[in-house]
Amino acid sequence: MNRVLITGNGAAAWGARLAATDYVPAFPITPQTEIIETLSDWIARGEMTARMVTLESEHSMLTAAGAAAATGVRVFTATSSQGLLYGMEMVYTVAGWRAPFVLVNVSRGLSAPITLEPDHNDVLAARDSGFLQIHAATCQEVLDSILIAYRLAEDSEVRLPALVNLDGFYLSFTREPVEIPEAHLVREFLPAFDPETLRFRANAPESQAVAVLGGGPYSYFRYEVHLAQGRALAAFDRATEEFQAAFGRAYAPFEAYRTEDAEILFVMMGSFATKAKAAVDALREAGTKVGLVRPRLLRPFPVTALRGHLAGKRAVAVIDQNLSMGKGGILHAEIADALYGAADAPPILASFIGGLGGRDIAPEEFYEIARITREAADSGETPPPRLLYTAAELREMRKLQTIAEAEHHMAKEAGKS
Amino acid sequence: MYRIRFHGRGGQGMKTASRILGTAFFRAGFEVQDAPRYGAERRGAPVFAYVRADRAPIFERGVILRPDLVLVADDTIVPVPGAGVLAGLDGHSILVIASDTPEDVWRSRLKIPARIVVIPLPEGEDAAERRHVGVRLAAAAARLTGVLGLGDVKGAVEEELKRLGPEATAENLNNAEVAWQWAVPHEGLVSERPAMSVADYERPQWVDLHAEDTARSAPIIRGEATSVEVRTGLWRVYRPVISHDHCVKCGLCMAYCPDGAITPNAQGFPEVDLEHCKGCMICVAQCPVHAIAAVSEADAREKETQPSLAGQGEKA
Repeated sequence: MNRVLITGNGAAAWGARLAATDYVPAFPITPQTEIIETLSDWIARGEMTARMVTLESEHSMLTAAGAAAATGVRVFTATSSQGLLYGMEMVYTVAGWRAPFVLVNVSRGLSAPITLEPDHNDVLAARDSGFLQIHAATCQEVLDSILIAYRLAEDSEVRLPALVNLDGFYLSFTREPVEIPEAHLVREFLPAFDPETLRFRANAPESQAVAVLGGGPYSYFRYEVHLAQGRALAAFDRATEEFQAAFGRAYAPFEAYRTEDAEILFVMMGSFATKAKAAVDALREAGTKVGLVRPRLLRPFPVTALRGHLAGKRAVAVIDQNLSMGKGGILHAEIADALYGAADAPPILASFIGGLGGRDIAPEEFYEIARITREAADSGETPPPRLLYTAAELREMRKLQTIAEAEHHMAKEAGKS
Repeated sequence: MYRIRFHGRGGQGMKTASRILGTAFFRAGFEVQDAPRYGAERRGAPVFAYVRADRAPIFERGVILRPDLVLVADDTIVPVPGAGVLAGLDGHSILVIASDTPEDVWRSRLKIPARIVVIPLPEGEDAAERRHVGVRLAAAAARLTGVLGLGDVKGAVEEELKRLGPEATAENLNNAEVAWQWAVPHEGLVSERPAMSVADYERPQWVDLHAEDTARSAPIIRGEATSVEVRTGLWRVYRPVISHDHCVKCGLCMAYCPDGAITPNAQGFPEVDLEHCKGCMICVAQCPVHAIAAVSEADAREKETQPSLAGQGEKA
């Protein structure tokens, strides 16, 4: 067993390497990450056999990825935040092509204003693109999810690109112990891509094109992507079962931590959810029956399984590290939708927004969320949505505003003279 | 769980120090998490890195708020509020400062409940670069915990620094040993903080935000021409030097300068604003009579500081 300390970026690179990726198109400049730097280093030293091509934008990078995948080679690429948005036109397009490849996104809050730290509005902007979407919470999960993502993407019943998400800083720059699977075992789990009809041979040139179609055929093709996503749920179960048999690590569509006898549940995604696990342990010690549900698969969303798991709980607190302006937490809406109409749905579904732009969530904030949610279960009244934001933070904000106003005032005075 | 932070400036090896300590813990069988933390900083800006080590899997993430041990490579950042060196230090914490200033001076200066220990700077250490402090702090931290051996630390130094070659590795193995010996009287000084109890947690003081006037709630600063305050001249590697013997005052250099850093003087000759010229050398390429030379900044500065040649005397 090769268990080493590596960052989330390193784990992502190992995922691409062990998957025996053929082609890595990459935009090499900010906000690109060390994932691509690591791969280019390995390729240059001959430790990895793949072709890397640097492109002038994420838009071109994703076009190259989709085009290469359409010829039947195994493709890997990566981006982050603004880069994912810059390539967004092609994110939707290559999913429509049914081009199977894996894209890693390192989550970072979006501009404006600017932050370097994570939240999930970047990756959620790709939610409705047709990409399969897996969210990792540890560096180990980053590596493993990439291998599983290839199985899903290349499954002949699915044939869609897959996005694996990890949080900037909290995973991307953080070293943790990661077990690097044996290459020959990975080869058994993930054999060479059998592209069947997806192929291109230079001695038999052919063209692939996407036609301009009216609403009827358009509806058919778009809905087929939706149905293929539905089939990815079964493909995910098949892949993760084999993965567990080969490597011993189990990956359900969502992680359920100490949920069996839980009365209230936290629901959240990404690496901050491990903080929630620490809080669950502490709260359990103090006698509160609380657990955590963390969706790994966001697309396809495991609606039925989630509904079954949340059934009968007294209350659920969804902690969203994202914000749909004018609506609220996106995961909260997804969970509400999944639970609507279920006979034994939890009567309380509370919404908390926290961790925007990497803003920390302190242990005592989880305790407070648990307290509020339990009180809501007792009273039967759902609390209003809550942004995790303290008086101390607002005081700091007021200081910044005072400086900005002083600057503005000085500029106006200078303009008068 | 051990929670340890390293503070220094960008370029002083704080990330490497955290990785050496992290790897030492890992080699000793601990679960480990280590990470650097910085913004859009450059060399010289305050940065920090942290290590968590435990015998069970670690669920905690992010910045360490209540450290058991804080180590500072550059004592000039201790009083800088933005560096956050003193954040979360209490009676349980130990603060190790690499400094030539004695412990009692630091104690009276800082007046904090944490115990302060000063580790002397390596002899002949460059005050700005501090190339050797990081490894020493990592080795000292290891011994301060009392749960790691010198073999763990030396193995970690070899593992983390092998990319730098055998010479740098040998030098730093020596650094580690020196610090290991220094830390003898302090062995076991640092201990794991007892877990916080849920029963007596301090409730977060959450506030409700309200919609405010847009002029106030949009992230925009309307100030004076603040870019003038940014001395981009520091970026320059080459400096344009204009020969008045050849200049025909055509003004093309002023027109092409992307920073508006060339303006005419009283005689109509172009003059370069060296505080803002970034050294792109577009003016050199555009000058039709080749009156502008690209002079290496190092040479130009050397001339400036030689009064006999420049004839300008001492500059402040």
